Amino acid sequence: MSSQCPRGEQSQSPRHTEFFAGASATVPLLVGAAPFGIIFGTLAEPNGLSALGAIAMSLIVFAGASQFIALGLLAAGASIPIIIATTFIVNFRHILYSANLVAKVRHLPHHWRALMAFGLTDETFAAVNNRYQAQGNLQQAHWFYLGSFLAMYSNWVFCTYIGLTLGNIFPQMQNWGLDFAMSVTFLGMVVPYLKTRPMLVAVLVAAVLAVVSHDLPHKLGLLLSAFSGIAVGLSLMMLGNRNNKPQVSQ
Amino acid sequence: MNETFLIGGMFAVTFSVRYILFAMAGKVKFPPWLNRALEFVPPVVLMAIIAPNVTMPKGELWLSPLNPWLIASVIAVITALIRKDLLTTIVVGMLTFAGLRFGLGM
Repeated sequence: MSSQCPRGEQSQSPRHTEFFAGASATVPLLVGAAPFGIIFGTLAEPNGLSALGAIAMSLIVFAGASQFIALGLLAAGASIPIIIATTFIVNFRHILYSANLVAKVRHLPHHWRALMAFGLTDETFAAVNNRYQAQGNLQQAHWFYLGSFLAMYSNWVFCTYIGLTLGNIFPQMQNWGLDFAMSVTFLGMVVPYLKTRPMLVAVLVAAVLAVVSHDLPHKLGLLLSAFSGIAVGLSLMMLGNRNNKPQVSQ
Repeated sequence: MNETFLIGGMFAVTFSVRYILFAMAGKVKFPPWLNRALEFVPPVVLMAIIAPNVTMPKGELWLSPLNPWLIASVIAVITALIRKDLLTTIVVGMLTFAGLRFGLGM
């Protein structure tokens, strides 16, 4: 299904070069994202999301962590407004990425900016950011972005489908502890953040409060513990800055 | 239908967050404290999800060396600290969990 140059341009035009460079720069990140997508697919139906719903979610929402969280919340019986509010909070970090990229996309027409916004993931941000650091030429850089986005997007949707299929072939897969895969994947994502004391304390506060407040209705405990953890971490960070003391290491 | 609302709502909030600054092309600046607060968001939210999953896998608090969810999580964290590679962490954590739960029948 590889579409050749739609306007009969030469295949070596910069936009093709940029597009394929973007796609190939993203390949290593696909390897990390693939199991994530497959696990999402296998977990969907056991957690109460239909196969069609799972594919639609990957196609339309396209945001890994929040899709997992939605599954977890669905299984726990959370209401839809809570799931949507949680999605908002979890994906709010993307605003940091877009704040970073805005100077690089300002010159583009709105439909391009909208498409790029839709495709803004942790992985594509990483790939595109490297490209912008390496060479400042913005002329065709949005094609690099498109290449990275489409590589991630097709991989994500395809892996969701593979996961759904595997889940149907091995219906007992849900008893294999794949629910733990979600926890362990998140743990692996959390650990690299734990570099400063405020961050460590924030995460511990959130963990303890999440357990303590687990029985609140609608998973409200999640938001409560998240906001508390952030407030504590931010306070510690600001106190540390104000006192301007060197960090105590033990 | 419920799933339509769910997916539509998730799309709306996710896309809004990703698009708003691109749409306004950088006419807005966050106060510094908000920028700082945003840095805490991903790990804090993720941990608030993980903690009950692994400490109360059967609905009640289970802080015990016999809890395979908890032990495999500890092993996964150690792996992540040593290897700093997400895939390795997932594989080691899952193998540990499977070994404890199905190998040793914990």
